[in-house]
Amino acid sequence: MSGSLLSVQNLHKHFDESPILKGVSLDVEAGDLVSIIGPSGCGKSTFLRCLNFLEIPDAGRISLAGVTIDCHGLEDAPPKDIQIRAHELRQHVGMVFQQFNLFPHRTVLENTMLAPVVARGVPREEAAANGRRLLEKVGLGASFTGRYPAQMSGGQQQRAAIARALAMNPKVMLYDEPTSALDPELVDEVLKVMKDLDAEGMTQIVVTHEMRFARDASDYIVFMEGGHIVEISDEDDIFTNPKDERTRHFLKRFI
Amino acid sequence: MRKLALIIGLALSVLIARADDAVLRWAADPDSNAPYSFFGPGNKLAGFEDEIITAIAKRMGRTPRFIQNDWDGLIPGLGRDLYDCVICGIEITPEKAGEVLFSNPYYVTFEQLVVRKGTPLITSLDELKGKQIGTLNQTSALNMLEKIPGVEAKTYNEEVNAYQDVAHGRLFGVLLDYPIAKYYAAPNPNLQFTGPPFGEISYGIALGKTNTVLQQEINAALTQVIASGEMRDILSRWGLWTPVVAGALGQPEDASLPDTEYKAFVAAHSVKATLWTRLLRYAGYWPLLLKAALLTLEVSIAGMILAIGVGFTLAIMRVFGSWPLRWLATLYIEIVRGTPLLIQLYIIFYGLPTIGIQLSPIVAGVLGLGLNYAAYEAENYRAGLLAIPRGQMEAARALGLTRRQGLFHVVIPQSFRLVLPPVTNDFISLLKDSSLVSMVTLLDLTGAYNRIATQTFDYFGTGLLIAAIYLLIGLPFVRLARYTEEMLAVDQRKPLQKPGLFNFSKRKK
Repeated sequence: MSGSLLSVQNLHKHFDESPILKGVSLDVEAGDLVSIIGPSGCGKSTFLRCLNFLEIPDAGRISLAGVTIDCHGLEDAPPKDIQIRAHELRQHVGMVFQQFNLFPHRTVLENTMLAPVVARGVPREEAAANGRRLLEKVGLGASFTGRYPAQMSGGQQQRAAIARALAMNPKVMLYDEPTSALDPELVDEVLKVMKDLDAEGMTQIVVTHEMRFARDASDYIVFMEGGHIVEISDEDDIFTNPKDERTRHFLKRFI
Repeated sequence: MRKLALIIGLALSVLIARADDAVLRWAADPDSNAPYSFFGPGNKLAGFEDEIITAIAKRMGRTPRFIQNDWDGLIPGLGRDLYDCVICGIEITPEKAGEVLFSNPYYVTFEQLVVRKGTPLITSLDELKGKQIGTLNQTSALNMLEKIPGVEAKTYNEEVNAYQDVAHGRLFGVLLDYPIAKYYAAPNPNLQFTGPPFGEISYGIALGKTNTVLQQEINAALTQVIASGEMRDILSRWGLWTPVVAGALGQPEDASLPDTEYKAFVAAHSVKATLWTRLLRYAGYWPLLLKAALLTLEVSIAGMILAIGVGFTLAIMRVFGSWPLRWLATLYIEIVRGTPLLIQLYIIFYGLPTIGIQLSPIVAGVLGLGLNYAAYEAENYRAGLLAIPRGQMEAARALGLTRRQGLFHVVIPQSFRLVLPPVTNDFISLLKDSSLVSMVTLLDLTGAYNRIATQTFDYFGTGLLIAAIYLLIGLPFVRLARYTEEMLAVDQRKPLQKPGLFNFSKRKK
């Protein structure tokens, strides 16, 4: 086992007959901010969802914060012990979705409290205090805590979703196209929160179409296509001097 | 919730548990049953059979206790041990003698044909060929009619309805026992008796098939009642002392007392009702209506609680269960939805005792309604659960919740609001379907309708009254459900907008 916080080896995944991931390996050090880019259908979202077992990989090995799961021959229903390990692994991973997926029947504060109270048995007052602190941190002060998701803008909702994920003290944060559903003027407020977290040393993996953000904020960029990682590169290199023809072709539109 | 239903069930079954020996539990269907046993003025039980069984019980040293049952359920009720005996104008026939024990006859009479005023004289039943003749179920009149080819026999549940149909010209005639004809047809100026007495029928007290001890006791008491002249007194006052019965019981032919009860009955029913007297009469029924409405409400609410509990379990099984559970739930839903509620009630109430499961009427009614509606509720909840976006469960799992925690804290609370309108709809529907429990001897609103309508002969007014009560019971629940729905619609609410129980304004989108 390497010294990485997250280590992925030879991950495979297929849906029905079509393979989506064809052997993906990646190591992420603690404190890194990694952006994953690539054309639609390249497998980047599936890869991200495999990292916390929202999709169960067919084969491969994932180690995260000391939890290691070996997947092989899991094409049918995954055995119970994989489910248990996956649940254990998720305790260390926070996830932010494109559509926020906040719980609409709960206030923003209750959204941040639900998982600590239900899954960890944290006392309500403690969970509420922690929730308020995290909401403050993402720029949602006291006037927002009592609101329901439907009463807020998309940017506010996505920031609340980040606070909700942080409430479980994750070691890694995963973002699945976190700004794709937002109006352009709301994108920056979300990206700013992510940059702040990076400054605090949070490990973050971001599937994104925000090339500017990828270039400015990432420690390095992963380019995926056709179920493979084509190129892993320092953020400046990939834009100024892509090694791979496919990377160059994809980035042509953005430069 | 199921535990609660069980406790209620146990409590009720204790209440109706076997009576002690000092009580004689007797059953009849008092609706539209004058002069046998019926609810007379002031809603008090009256009738010559009531008096006869009281006299018999007195000589046996027992207290009579009346238990009401529907006509079609009277004999099955004996098998269920709901009561000791039935006295309800039941004719002693060989077929019935196989099912039950009979006492000696306490009354002997004949079938009387009644037709519309002005119809030419009928002298033989053969002349009824090609005609529609009404009668009651399980009567020897029906047997007689079925033996004549070409007669179309129509069976009714209430004799008044049959006579009404003759008066309205829907039927040619009605063939029924003389006492019925005397009380229901003779006072009606649109009807007339015709033909000679047909057949001879003997009424006996019906008892459980193996209850020979009670049969002997009752026969001994009955013999004394006849010999002492008490029987002749009772039947004379009710205007039913005929040469036929006098000969059969070996008593003098002439009546011993004037027919005061008959005259009172006819007088009470020939008063032309004004709107005001009708309203007064309905007002006189308020204790009955209140009791019936409460029973309807009780059965409906208990049934709905059961339906929600079972339905919810079925929905979870069907959406999240492994394949055998899914299969079981689907099978249950399809069978229950695909068969009539009335048949299910009959199976639960009259069928289960044959395999040793005795349920009290209210438990059977609640079970029947609850288990039936559970199938519909299950489909409501399934729809509600499936309508919650996948992302909700994914977010819950990603946050470290187990599947079960995600279900109970995220998915189910959201689906609750979605299913509230269809569930309210089903509750209203169940409230109305609860009228079927009157078939398992419960006196609910529909049972009250039968009793009041057949006592007052006012089908239209009573119908409107009972319909209005159903409506009034249902409305508060509709309002409450709407209020709850608005309370739960937090994801659509603007800040500061609060729902109110009496706020009927349309919701702004």
